[in-house]
Amino acid sequence: MLVTTALAFVFFVAPNDVNQGFSQRIFYFHVSIAFTAYACFICGAWQALRHLWKRDPRADLASYVCVHQGLIFGTLVLLTGSIWAKISWGHWWLWSEDELVLFLVLYLFYCAYFMLRFSVEPGPQRANLSAVYALFGVVLIPVSFAAIRLAKTFIHPEVFTLHGPNFGGWILVTYCIAQAAMLVLAYTLYRLELGAKRLDGRLRRLREVLV
Amino acid sequence: MSYVRDVGALARKDLLLELRARDTLPAMLLFVAAVFVVFHFTLPGEPSRLETIGLLWVAILFTALLGLGRAFVPEREQRTMDGLVLAPCDRSAIWLAKSLATLAFLLAAEVVALPLYALFFHRVGAATVAAVLLADLGICGVGTFLGAMAVATRARDLLLPLLFLPLAMPIVVGAVGASVVSSPGRYLGFLALYDLLFAVICWASFEYVVAE
Amino acid sequence: MLTTRRLGKRYGEKRILRGIDLALPQGGFLVVTGPNGSGKTTLLRICAGLAQPTAGTIERGAARAQVGYLGHEPLVYRELTALENLDLYGRLYRVAERRERIGMLLERFGLWEARHERVASYSRGMTQRLALCRVLLHEPELLVLDEPYSALDEAGAELLDAQLAELRGERTFLIATHDPARVETLASGALALAT
Repeated sequence: MLVTTALAFVFFVAPNDVNQGFSQRIFYFHVSIAFTAYACFICGAWQALRHLWKRDPRADLASYVCVHQGLIFGTLVLLTGSIWAKISWGHWWLWSEDELVLFLVLYLFYCAYFMLRFSVEPGPQRANLSAVYALFGVVLIPVSFAAIRLAKTFIHPEVFTLHGPNFGGWILVTYCIAQAAMLVLAYTLYRLELGAKRLDGRLRRLREVLV
Repeated sequence: MSYVRDVGALARKDLLLELRARDTLPAMLLFVAAVFVVFHFTLPGEPSRLETIGLLWVAILFTALLGLGRAFVPEREQRTMDGLVLAPCDRSAIWLAKSLATLAFLLAAEVVALPLYALFFHRVGAATVAAVLLADLGICGVGTFLGAMAVATRARDLLLPLLFLPLAMPIVVGAVGASVVSSPGRYLGFLALYDLLFAVICWASFEYVVAE
Repeated sequence: MLTTRRLGKRYGEKRILRGIDLALPQGGFLVVTGPNGSGKTTLLRICAGLAQPTAGTIERGAARAQVGYLGHEPLVYRELTALENLDLYGRLYRVAERRERIGMLLERFGLWEARHERVASYSRGMTQRLALCRVLLHEPELLVLDEPYSALDEAGAELLDAQLAELRGERTFLIATHDPARVETLASGALALAT
């Protein structure tokens, strides 16, 4: 419901930005999705820490589902970013966009997380390896960002001047609603997937007991 | 300190193993030379110093990956990791010792690679050498850690580059930057920071990679 | 020395151990028997500290440095010599008078002449004897041996018999074996696992 409200606001209420027009609308989603993805990865790392430290038996699955959500939203970031780049500048990909490049690196990293997870038999070792890798990921976020910024000095990509939206009035409200909507969406998907996986696990254990 | 002695004993073991097997280091040397030859043919026209520096780092990175993939092979194939895990030493000592041994091999490969690069392409400056040393620390530290993880999986050699390359991206930025820019201090500092940060994380979490 | 209560171990969805209760007092000698696949190796690995149980509890009265484990693999490096292998473990376990102790053990198990040869050139019996040297090197309080007789030839088996008899009572033993008759006289208790 919140998502629909957000959609409505973005498309009908927010004033049309003079410079960019329609592309501006996508920007709302792009930024809020990006933020949500970061939140998911950080959550995943937090659950990973709880698994390693507190030995919480539920933390491993929670961590995995968080990272999964993060990856889904990460894909959306790359997609919306690409669309926005095409609409604004005519290119499907821009190396000058720090955030896009960062997400590309993170995307590769977390895809490797999945490859790692599916390459180990379920058990304490898989949980440990996944948790440690999730922690590495969260450290990689700021380090990569710094690296990308540093790289600009010698890479010299075509720099497009970027007019960010003026965060005033309705624009801010719209953004906040969009952000809230995305976070709620992420949380809902997280609970859904986590619940489904837990149920699955419980069913399997029941079946084993009955056999 | 007994920790240092444990690391010493383990590193000595790793160096001895490579000395006997004599397969990883020669392979790395041959690989790096072959890669340079391939580069010559992939760069049309007269490549500038900037372009070839980038290739130097690609060569170093992939040569390192070759060595890293072999790092924990004895422990995996002969199950000797159990023996090390049972020992009363700190598990992080296993990681540190293996990293140091891998570092030794990588440096040995670079002792040949850098002059070869200078011969084939362009002179190598002092900043580049400093960058090589700092980058090696990060590559070996993180790479050995991930190597231990990869070895516990089914996919093994397939997985290590996938796990390693996103984490190696900041190393590449720092290293290439230091090699190319006129005042490399910032990049070298960044490399040092990366090395320190990830060394601490690896040291603190290796326990969980090898023990249940 | 070692107590487990309703110990269970599950790998993913497969359950290997279930409801194991074990009480091994100091100086005891417990023999574990059972068909293949009954979880003997898993149980011993948990008791040695190489694996964690997924259910139940385990209390071990010995620190890592006081446990000696012999598994199906000898846990020695094939490309190193016997001397180098034992030297490594001797350093890691901080064995006092390392060289003397290594020499004594190699001699006792008949490996002194082959001490400078790489383990890769050893026979299976010799490798298993080296593994026994490794286990005894740091004079552990708790010895967990998983089918120690399986790879030994008759001479080696007799050496092991002698060692077990010598240490019986001083140390605590947990042994899994297919041939319980061999250690019957020494045993203070038995545990039979079923699939």
